[in-house]
Amino acid sequence: MRQTVLQTKELTVSFGGLKALNGLDFQLYEGEFLGLIGPNGSGKTTFFNALTGIYRPAAGSVLLHGNDITGAPPTKIYAYGITRTFQRLRLATSLSVLDNLIIGNQRNLNLGLWHNIFNRKSFKRRLQEQIQIAEELLSRFSRDLAVHLFKPVSSLSMIDRRRVEVCRALISEPKILLLDEPSAGMTPDETRALMDELQDWRAQYPTLSIILIEHEMELINKVSDRCVVLNYGEKIAEGRYSEVSNEPGVRAAYLGED
Amino acid sequence: MSELKTKLVLLLGVALSVVVLYGFLYLEREWEIGVLLVMVPLGVYFLKRANALTYYQHAAREMPRFTWISFALGVVVLIMLLRHEDFALLMLTTVLLYATVSLGLTIQFGFAGVVNFAAIAFFGIGAYSMAILNQHFLHIPDLLIIFFSGAISALLGALLILPILRTRGHYAALITIAFGILFRTFLEVNDVLGGPQGLRVSGLEIFGWDFGNSFPNELGGGSFYVAYAIVALVLLATVYLITRLIEASWLGLNMDSVRLDEVASASFGINGPRWKITAFMLGNCFAGFAGAVYAAMYGFIAPASFNLSDSLLLVSIVLLGGIGNPVAVIPAAFLIVVLPEKFQVIQEYRLLLFGIVVILILRFRPSGLMPRGLRQYFAGRFG
Ligand SMILES: Nc1ncnc2c1ncn2[C@@H]1O[C@H](COP(=O)(O)OP(=O)(O)OP(=O)(O)O)[C@@H](O)[C@H]1O
Ligand SMILES: [Mg+2]
Repeated sequence: MRQTVLQTKELTVSFGGLKALNGLDFQLYEGEFLGLIGPNGSGKTTFFNALTGIYRPAAGSVLLHGNDITGAPPTKIYAYGITRTFQRLRLATSLSVLDNLIIGNQRNLNLGLWHNIFNRKSFKRRLQEQIQIAEELLSRFSRDLAVHLFKPVSSLSMIDRRRVEVCRALISEPKILLLDEPSAGMTPDETRALMDELQDWRAQYPTLSIILIEHEMELINKVSDRCVVLNYGEKIAEGRYSEVSNEPGVRAAYLGED
Repeated sequence: MSELKTKLVLLLGVALSVVVLYGFLYLEREWEIGVLLVMVPLGVYFLKRANALTYYQHAAREMPRFTWISFALGVVVLIMLLRHEDFALLMLTTVLLYATVSLGLTIQFGFAGVVNFAAIAFFGIGAYSMAILNQHFLHIPDLLIIFFSGAISALLGALLILPILRTRGHYAALITIAFGILFRTFLEVNDVLGGPQGLRVSGLEIFGWDFGNSFPNELGGGSFYVAYAIVALVLLATVYLITRLIEASWLGLNMDSVRLDEVASASFGINGPRWKITAFMLGNCFAGFAGAVYAAMYGFIAPASFNLSDSLLLVSIVLLGGIGNPVAVIPAAFLIVVLPEKFQVIQEYRLLLFGIVVILILRFRPSGLMPRGLRQYFAGRFG
């Protein structure tokens, strides 16, 4: 029996009159790689924002391992082991790659005054640890990127920035990873490499569940165990990609899209 | 670069700075200062062309502690050179104190992104705390009183935290401006605090040394300002060290992250309000320390010394230097405090000129004269 890790019940998010999410029932199982698809403006990003506490749902609930976490602030969501990437990158571009990754590893930082200001020896050791973790993580995704650890993110190419964002979300070893179109702006080869790395990571952390928002259907077909299709904030289909892609409702929603 | 060579480069830099600073403080005729004002940028230009500036910057990055100590000692030398010049010492001390306040603003605005247009009010709270505490609690050592004055500034500043956290951008700025004006008005109508006439403040006495007297003859003699200049220098050096250590730790990293993108930070567990509050209180505490020393040095304080225009002047120091760069506020404070004293014209049109300077900087060099570099946790490698 597969375990449900995350569940929403009749989740609704409205912006004024517009219901960006409308009574969404949703389930994510442990270790699952779930594709979240739907046309532009169908509410995919809104769903992530509602899960991570950036938007407050107007109605419905979010359950994590059966516990109600509806409306929990983003900091709590992170503490529960849910991390994400953003559709429009939200890295601290004036900071170094290393700094951005350390930000992602907040959970493992000692923020005590003594440790940070006075006991610089032990701080230095912790810093070296973080550097090593960051280096290992980056070089999994791209050998060249690890060399740029001390460079500002603003000096990186778009693709490398995407990689850094994925690494920032992974460095704290989350239980649930939310990826909002990580492949935007990448070539098919680069996307494939990124997905291979994610599969590798899953092999190492088999309980990690991933929700991937993606417009590239080939990719969804290849990597996802299951798909959920949204349209106008409502779920119009779910199941294996090969099944849902043939449903008339889904075809209608995408008509003129592809 | 070998270690010895690095040190020599750094010492040379300090020596050169001391000579230039001495010139600015000692010379009085406008044309003399004018010549200096032309020569300094020229000198900087040639040093830059000869790559000497980058050389120096590398050296300073490699040995930050040596740089910091040698500069502090350089200022001690400067104070000793000027020990009979009351006015020059007064100016220098003001520079050191204003730089201290600006470091507070650097943490608030440059690190955590919290605006504060009431810096002079927190400076004033420190000054008034010094006046009152020193009068009523004779048995408390003055060093502790300076410390308490900073703490009182920080605590009174806490009144502003909720409104600042709840509002954004311009509104938060307006709240601090309102606070500054309120503070002045409060001083004027409050009889316990001396009303518009202000209060007398007794001088400092630290480790049994009464600052009211002239500088001891065994040490070469000199103005009683020497002692205040040294206290202000020690204060600045300490506050600078704290600021740098914060910057080079997870605390500074979190503050930067909150400033750059509060929502993304929250998604990685960073508690925005926590870091904004920390930065705000710490910065106001620095302002309070400086205000306390200022009050003791002048021996007299009144509401008229704590105007909105002074707060703006402090903000312009941070803008001119380079937002978020702790080193930058020191030369910027020097320029902004000393030049108006030397040129009658600037003195008369002070605010107008500062307005123009700020506009020019924001337009042409938004990151200031000395832009902030990448975060550096430790000397040398480690980014
Ligand atoms: N902050 C907001 N304020 C008002 N309307 C919003 C806001 N965020 C999203 N919306 C609206 O909600 C709807 C869903 O948007 P959302 O960004 O979730 O779509 P999406 O499925 O992620 O689309 P895309 O594939 O283009 O990323 C859209 O109509 C959008 O205009
Ligand atoms: Mg989206």
